[in-house]
Amino acid sequence: MTDIPFLIDILVATLLIIGATFTLIGSYGLLKLDQPMKRLHAPTKASTLGVGSLLLASMIHAFASGESSLHELLVMAFLFVTAPISGNFIAKVHLHRQRGGKELPAPPAEDGWATYSEK
Amino acid sequence: MIDTVLYFAIGAVGLAQLLAMVRLVIGPHTGDRILALDTMVINAIGLIILLGMFWGTQIYFESALIFAMLGFVSTVALARFVLRGDIIE
Amino acid sequence: MPLRLTRKLLPHPLLSTLLVIVWCLLINDLSLGTVVFGAILGLLIPISTAAYWPDRPKITRPWRLVSYMLLVIWDIMVANVQVAMIVLFKRNDDMAPNWVLIPLDLRSPEAITLLAGTITLTPGTVSTDLSADGRALLVHALDAADPEAVRDDIKTRYERRLKEIFE
Repeated sequence: MTDIPFLIDILVATLLIIGATFTLIGSYGLLKLDQPMKRLHAPTKASTLGVGSLLLASMIHAFASGESSLHELLVMAFLFVTAPISGNFIAKVHLHRQRGGKELPAPPAEDGWATYSEK
Repeated sequence: MIDTVLYFAIGAVGLAQLLAMVRLVIGPHTGDRILALDTMVINAIGLIILLGMFWGTQIYFESALIFAMLGFVSTVALARFVLRGDIIE
Repeated sequence: MPLRLTRKLLPHPLLSTLLVIVWCLLINDLSLGTVVFGAILGLLIPISTAAYWPDRPKITRPWRLVSYMLLVIWDIMVANVQVAMIVLFKRNDDMAPNWVLIPLDLRSPEAITLLAGTITLTPGTVSTDLSADGRALLVHALDAADPEAVRDDIKTRYERRLKEIFE
């Protein structure tokens, strides 16, 4: 851990600070925002980017200290693939709760939105 | 330097975990609670990675990966249960 | 004939490559044994699951997909900072959360999935629902005083590119 070049040291530290800050902002947004749909915005993304840069920092750190490791990439890829899907599911839960609400714009076709038309 | 930054990062992510937990407790609707749990899982992954860096080992990545998979599956299962009252049809 | 044989043995070349890469990353090692075992998995899994993949998406210009991904990653970083600023410094009452309706020109399900994923990953917008006939996407925007601008932005920036990739 001692023979890490100074520049890489700075890079890893910056990534760690960025990642931790974004994670914190994501959770803060989850607490601060006042409507369910607005709450969905902060954590699903800020946390994904936050954890993404934490993983990147960990990867660079492992490379700099001599034991090359790339399997953080797997976690990162998995998070980025699944984040939209779980976000979509939670959005559907919110939609389901306010079913029949008036604020949704009507789709161009007759059949309505998919969440409402399935049984 | 990295050690100092790691203390800050672990503190920040831990605080984030606490904030998400508050939302989990007060969250008025089920959707908010599912969202809070999802956020907590993602934060936990970050925390595991940070601890792995802190102790200088590689053995925690498997647990981070498993957390990522379980977190996704449980979020989808919970949301699906709320949506359909059933998980597998 | 040889082409048909290749298609039978290697129904999804992209999936096979992906499996080899994932296996190497999972073992975290790039020795001959790992690659060979990964290749065996990459051959066997697509064959045994071929029945669940009746038709594959036609990607006409794969290199466009790479540049599209780079664009999306860049957008994610820029927009994350914007949303962080909104979350930190804007009062709840000052935000203008809005529903945005996006009529779709894309038809293939894979392209629509990619578009919806992109919209969700770029902060400030979450794709919420698809209309039952698959021709419109319902998007929620965190702070958009002008929904039309968001719609036009998504249509020109992402959908046009996806259309070039998939059609």
